[in-house]
Amino acid sequence: MEIVLALAIGILTGSGVWLILRPRTFQVIVGLSLLSYAVNLFIYAMGRLRVDAPPVVGRGGSADPSQLVDPLPQALVLTAIVISFAMTALLLVVLLASRGLTGTDHVDGKEPD
Amino acid sequence: MGAWSDQLIVAPILVPLAASGLLLLLEERQKTAKRVISAVATLLLVLISFLLFQGVVTAGMDGAPVTRTYLVGDWPAPFGIVLVVDWLSVLMLTLTGILGFTSFLYATARWDAAGPRFHALFLLQLAGLNGAFLTGDLFNLFVFFEVLLAASYGLMLHGSGEARVKAGLHYVSINVATSLLFLIGASLIYGAAGTLNMADLATRIPAIPRSDLALFQAGMGILGIAFLVKAGMWPLGFWLPSTYSAATPPAAALFAILSKVGIYAVLRVYLLLFGTTDSPMPNFGGEWLLYGGMATIAFGTIGLLAARTLSRLAGFSIIISSGTLLAALGSGEGAVLGAVLFYLVSSTLALSAFYLLVELVERQETGLVPSAVAEPVFDDEYVGTQSAIDDGEVGIVIPATVAILGGGFAFCALLLAGLPPLSGFIAKFAIIDGLLGLDERIAASTWTLIALIILSGLATLIATTRAGIDLIWAPSDKPQPVLRIAEAAPVGLLLAICLALMIFAGPVMNYMERTGRSLEDREGYIRSVAGAARAHPPAGQP
Repeated sequence: MEIVLALAIGILTGSGVWLILRPRTFQVIVGLSLLSYAVNLFIYAMGRLRVDAPPVVGRGGSADPSQLVDPLPQALVLTAIVISFAMTALLLVVLLASRGLTGTDHVDGKEPD
Repeated sequence: MGAWSDQLIVAPILVPLAASGLLLLLEERQKTAKRVISAVATLLLVLISFLLFQGVVTAGMDGAPVTRTYLVGDWPAPFGIVLVVDWLSVLMLTLTGILGFTSFLYATARWDAAGPRFHALFLLQLAGLNGAFLTGDLFNLFVFFEVLLAASYGLMLHGSGEARVKAGLHYVSINVATSLLFLIGASLIYGAAGTLNMADLATRIPAIPRSDLALFQAGMGILGIAFLVKAGMWPLGFWLPSTYSAATPPAAALFAILSKVGIYAVLRVYLLLFGTTDSPMPNFGGEWLLYGGMATIAFGTIGLLAARTLSRLAGFSIIISSGTLLAALGSGEGAVLGAVLFYLVSSTLALSAFYLLVELVERQETGLVPSAVAEPVFDDEYVGTQSAIDDGEVGIVIPATVAILGGGFAFCALLLAGLPPLSGFIAKFAIIDGLLGLDERIAASTWTLIALIILSGLATLIATTRAGIDLIWAPSDKPQPVLRIAEAAPVGLLLAICLALMIFAGPVMNYMERTGRSLEDREGYIRSVAGAARAHPPAGQP
């Protein structure tokens, strides 16, 4: 499972970095989204990978830490997802404004000569 | 300390947040109501930060521990969210309060009408800044960074227009990417150390197993990159001058402290975690800060000399200021910390005033007269109003507006260049003095740094003089612009504070040195955070 997750994070990051270095604004946004997926998975992995373990103690359940998965990275991921989602939405608005004002979708607002 | 003064710690975040929410409920046409609400909020912030400041100073002068904590939600320290007030954070809070008030005042003259919801974003920005200065753990630092960044995106784009949207697109993209780096760094640290609370982290560093140490260092390095992008260190700060010069003046004046948030984070995190000599990696990253800071000063100096507009000139001054701070921090901590903090305060105030002035001067150059009714000019003794009538010796009567702008401009230039007798000089002198007193044998890198600091001052002087002659002395037959009191007063206020920094340099320096020492006293910080008492301890516990 580790290798699958590591490959997924690696591929997402690689594609994301390639895309944010592209000259079109839409590519940059997609790149940033891919990067944020990769980062979210990465945060998740930093809480150690466990299958079928609950993050919170159930009613009447045992409080044995070895039976539980670390809940903190999950809370962090939740925050990170919300924030990066909002930022992507904002960036889309700026992208549209830039397209409307400059008439091009180049990141510098003008086509290279 | 009564119960209410303990609640005061969270007020710098809650007041602007609540006021910002309230403003969103109001209709866009209710301009007066909006201005009143945000005036009340910004004034309250100044008052609150002053009260906190006073609390720290009174406690500190008695020799009592000044670090106070606030457990949000009353969860004990390493598990819940903790806010920490100490020497450094009250200093930054007060600085934010002052800049918030002056920028707000300036905005009411005309810029808040340039687009919708200026005040709501502005207050949100203040909430984010205050939160970043108060928080005691890394993840909340990230959250407050995001709050202040989200607000700054809005403020940056305020007023719209092609230049702003173009610069804004770069600014938002770079900062979103930086935030991702922040997250990677924070999660690596969590993975290696198992905590994100700064005080808890400091105690756990020696216990990190050798095999995980590289992971931890990588996390710290990546986190550092995220901070340094905010601070505008070379080569991470190319976005800064164009972004800040595209923003509206009141927003840019507030952004002057935005780049200092990065410096604050470096100060807080790196001194707490790596300052001790017995930690497994003493002075981690110090060389990067030193050489990076020196490269930043060099880049800023060259950019400054090449800048063709005043606002770009101000942007490169911010870069020089960041570079000086980072390099001085990296060179050797203890001896220069007090001076570094003095420089931080003085240069932030001067840069904020400069951004406000820049627009006034450029407006006068283009002859763009504001349409609304103007107030008479303010009379402030040190900006040189007395030269308004010059006995006709030169044959030209210098109009009062130009005199005020010119006086303020000269004042700012002296502050930024670090010429005596103003506070900029005292700050730079103290830094150089501290650097020279570091060791018996002064390292080559220290000499280089001192030379760079002095050269950057010279370049600032050349660049500002050139621009000043061009824009203020050159005769123009354009219609005389009028200055409003709401525009002149904030600049006057900021410069007056700089003047006060110079006059009361002794006590201020004393405070800064106490702050520097408190940053060295890691044990005290860790003890206060770890031993934070809960307001309502659960039954059965002492």
